Amino acid sequence: MSATGALIDGTVLLAQNNILLSPELASRLQFGWTITVHILFAALSIGLAPYIVYFTWKDVRSDDPAYARLRSFWINVFAVGFVMGTVTGIPMSFQFGTNFPRFAEVSGELIGGPLAFEAKMAFFLEAVFLGILLFGRERVSDRTYVLSSILTGVGAWLSGFWILVVNAWMQTPRGFELVERNGVEIAKLTDPVAAFFTPRMPWMYVHMMNASVIAVTLVVAGIAAYFVWRNRDSVAWNTALRMAVVVLLITAPLQALHGDAYGRHVADTQPQKFAAMEAHYETGQADLHLIAIPRSLDALTDPRTDNLFTISLPGLGSFLASGGDFSAEVVGLHEYDENPPVALVFWSFRLMVGLGFLFVGLALWGGNRLRKGRLADSGRYLRAMMLSSPLGYVALLTGWYVTEIGRQPWVVQGVLKTSDAVSRSLTATEATGTLVAFVVLYLALLAAFGAVLKWLIEGELERMGVRTVDDTSRPRLPWVSGDD
Amino acid sequence: MTELLPVDRYLVDSLPTIWFGVVVFSLAMYVALDGLDFGIGMLYATRDEHERETLLAAFGPIWDANEVWLVAFGTTLLAAFPPIYARLLSGHYLLSIAIVMGLVVRGVAPELREQREDPDWRRRCDRLFVFGSTVTPLLLGVLVGSWAFGTPTLSAPSLLTGVGLLALCVTSGAAFVAAKTSGSLADAMVRYGTTATVVYLVGVVVLLAVVALTNPSNVRALLLSAPALGAVLATVSFAGAGLAAARLDRHRLWFGTAFGLSFALVGLVAVLLYPRLHPASGLTVDAAVVSPLALNLTTVLGLPVLALVLWYFKFLYGTFAGPVDGSEA
Repeated sequence: MSATGALIDGTVLLAQNNILLSPELASRLQFGWTITVHILFAALSIGLAPYIVYFTWKDVRSDDPAYARLRSFWINVFAVGFVMGTVTGIPMSFQFGTNFPRFAEVSGELIGGPLAFEAKMAFFLEAVFLGILLFGRERVSDRTYVLSSILTGVGAWLSGFWILVVNAWMQTPRGFELVERNGVEIAKLTDPVAAFFTPRMPWMYVHMMNASVIAVTLVVAGIAAYFVWRNRDSVAWNTALRMAVVVLLITAPLQALHGDAYGRHVADTQPQKFAAMEAHYETGQADLHLIAIPRSLDALTDPRTDNLFTISLPGLGSFLASGGDFSAEVVGLHEYDENPPVALVFWSFRLMVGLGFLFVGLALWGGNRLRKGRLADSGRYLRAMMLSSPLGYVALLTGWYVTEIGRQPWVVQGVLKTSDAVSRSLTATEATGTLVAFVVLYLALLAAFGAVLKWLIEGELERMGVRTVDDTSRPRLPWVSGDD
Repeated sequence: MTELLPVDRYLVDSLPTIWFGVVVFSLAMYVALDGLDFGIGMLYATRDEHERETLLAAFGPIWDANEVWLVAFGTTLLAAFPPIYARLLSGHYLLSIAIVMGLVVRGVAPELREQREDPDWRRRCDRLFVFGSTVTPLLLGVLVGSWAFGTPTLSAPSLLTGVGLLALCVTSGAAFVAAKTSGSLADAMVRYGTTATVVYLVGVVVLLAVVALTNPSNVRALLLSAPALGAVLATVSFAGAGLAAARLDRHRLWFGTAFGLSFALVGLVAVLLYPRLHPASGLTVDAAVVSPLALNLTTVLGLPVLALVLWYFKFLYGTFAGPVDGSEA
C-alpha cells in the first residue's frame, strides 16, 4: 500500500468509523509527529553547543560582562531545550518496539549497536557534563568547567553521529545478509565497517550538522536582532549578532553547495526518491523546476508538470542526476509499484531549497553591512533577521520530510516495507488513541518551550532596562549569574 | 575490523550470558538512580515551599544523567536481544506508552517550575511532578512484573511489583535526601523511608506468596533456586541494615543499602528471566541473542565505554557530594 494509498484508506476508515485510523497510518503519523518535535530540540543542542562552548570559554577567560550575559541567556535556552530533547526522544526509541517491532527484530543487529553506542558514548556524556556545566561553577576549576562545556557539545555531536549511522543505513543498507531466525527473516551483520559507513552516512552527517547550526544561528541572529533593535547600544547583543552573521556567511553557502552534490548522490542511490523530489513520472530526460507554482488546488496534492506553472531548466535534472549529461535517462515514478506521497516530498524539497537560497542571500546582505561596519544601523536588516529566525527550522524539517517520506514505502530501503514493520497486535483504537495523546502532549511541550523563551526574552529586556515586567515572570534559575 | 573480530563465534562462549548481565546491570542502575529521583518526586508532595527547593537542589545536577540509564537499558536490550525488545514493548503497548508519557511529564515539570516565580504556575508544575514521579515507577514496576512472571498487565504479581517498586523508590529518595540534609527534614525522611522499607518488605513477601501459590509460567521452581533465595536474603539483609542505619543517623550508609536493595530486586528479576528471557513466549537467551559478529563488536566498542560512564558518574556524584540547602536552589 503506498503512503498516499494508506492516507486515503486511513481517511476512509476514519469516515467509516468516525474516529479510527489504521494501525499503520496512526503509527506512521505518531512517529512522524514525535520526530518532528524531537528534532527541533535535538538540533537545538547540536547547533547551540558551539556557541555555549565559545561563550563559556570567553566568560571564564575574560572579564567582559558581554559574554557573561550571552552565556547566561543561551545556557538557559540550552538547558530547557536539553530536557525537552530528552523527554521527546525517549518515546521514539520505545516506538521501535511498541509500534514497529518487526523493524526492531529484523534490523536489531544493525541498528541496536549504534543506538546503544549513542546512549553510552554520547547521551551520558552530554547529560553528566551538562549537570556540571549548570550547577558546578563553584565546585570545579575553570579548566574543568570549560572542558565540561566542550564535553557536553561533543556529546550532542556524537549523538547525531550514531543516530545518523542508523538512519543512513536505513537509506542505503549494506554490510548484512538476510537469514532466518526464530521463523523471521532478519538482517544479520556481516561487515560492520560497510554497515556503519554506508554511502549515505557522510552526506547526511555534514548536511544535518550544518543544517542544525544554520537553524540555531538564525534563531540566535533573530533574537540578537530583536535586542539590538530594542537597544542599539547593547554590547552583548551586537556581538552575538555579528557572530551569527559570520557563522551564516560560512554555513549557508556551504549547505547550498553540499546540498547540490547530495542531490546527485540521492539520484544515484535512491532514484525513486529523486524522482519524487522532482515529481518526475515518465522515464526519460528530466528537467529541473527552479520555481513551481500550482495552477489549481489539485496540483498541491498531486504535483505534475501539466498542473504546475514552472520555470524549468530543460535537461538539468538529467544533468544533475548523471553528473554531466543533459539527455540522460532518469527513471520516472511510473516504473514503481508503490510510490511515496509525491506531493509532500515535492513541496518539502522546494521549500527547503528555496529557503537555502534565502539564507545565502541573508548571509551576503549581512556580510556586506558588516564589512561597512553598519550591521546594527539597518532597521530593515534587523527586521529581516527577526522574521527569518524560525525559517532555518522550517528548512531542517522539510529536509527531513524529503529524506524520510521520500524513502517510503520502505522503512529500510529495498529490505523492509513500513507496512511489514508495524506491530500485528496493535489495534486501530490503541494506535489512534496514543496518536492523539502524543499530539496533545507534544503540543503542550512546544507551548511550554515557547513560553519559557518568551519569559527569558522579557527578563533580558528588563535587565537591559528597556522595559520592566511583572516580577513574577522573571526567570530564576540557579545558574543565572547576576552579571548586571 | 572484520578480520580482527571473530565472525562465527563469540569472543568467549558465555558472551550472550554476559550481555544478559549487562542488560540487567543497566536496569539495576536505572532502578537505583532514577529510583531516587522518583522517590524525591513523591516525597516532594509532603514538603513545604522552602523544603521543596532543597529537594530540587539535591537532585537537580544528577537526574538528567540518572534518566539516561533507562535509554542505556533499552538500547542494550535492543542491541543484544532484539526479539525480546520487540516482544516486550509491542506486547505491552499501552503500558509502555503510558510509561514514556509519565517520563515526559515528570521530566519537564521541575525544569518548567523554575522558570517562573508565579505561585500558581509553580503549584501546577509541582502537581505534574508528583503525578509523574508516582505513576511512572508504578507502571514501570507493572511492566517488569509482567515481563518476569509472564503475567498480564492487570494481575496480582504485576501490580504488586509496581507497588513494590514505588515503595523502593520512596526508600531510595528518602535515604538520598537524608544523606544530603540535616535537622527536621532529615528526620522526616527517616520516618518516611522507614515506613517505605517496611511496606517494601511486606510487598515482597506478599508478591512471593502470590507467585508461589499461582505459579505463573512455572516460576515456582525458579523461586526456590539458590540464586533466587540469595536475592531474597539480600533483600532482607539490606532492608534490615537500612532500617538500622536510618535509626542511627548513618544516612550515607542508609543510601548505600537502598542501592543494594534495588540491585537485589533486579537480581531477583534476572534469576526469573534466565535463561527464558521472555517467559510469556519462552524465547531463551541463545535463541534471542544477536549473531557473534554483532555481539563481539558491541562488546569491544561498548564495554570499555560503560566503564568510562561509571567513572563519569563517580565524578558527577563526587562533584556534588556534601550537604545542600534551599538557598542553593
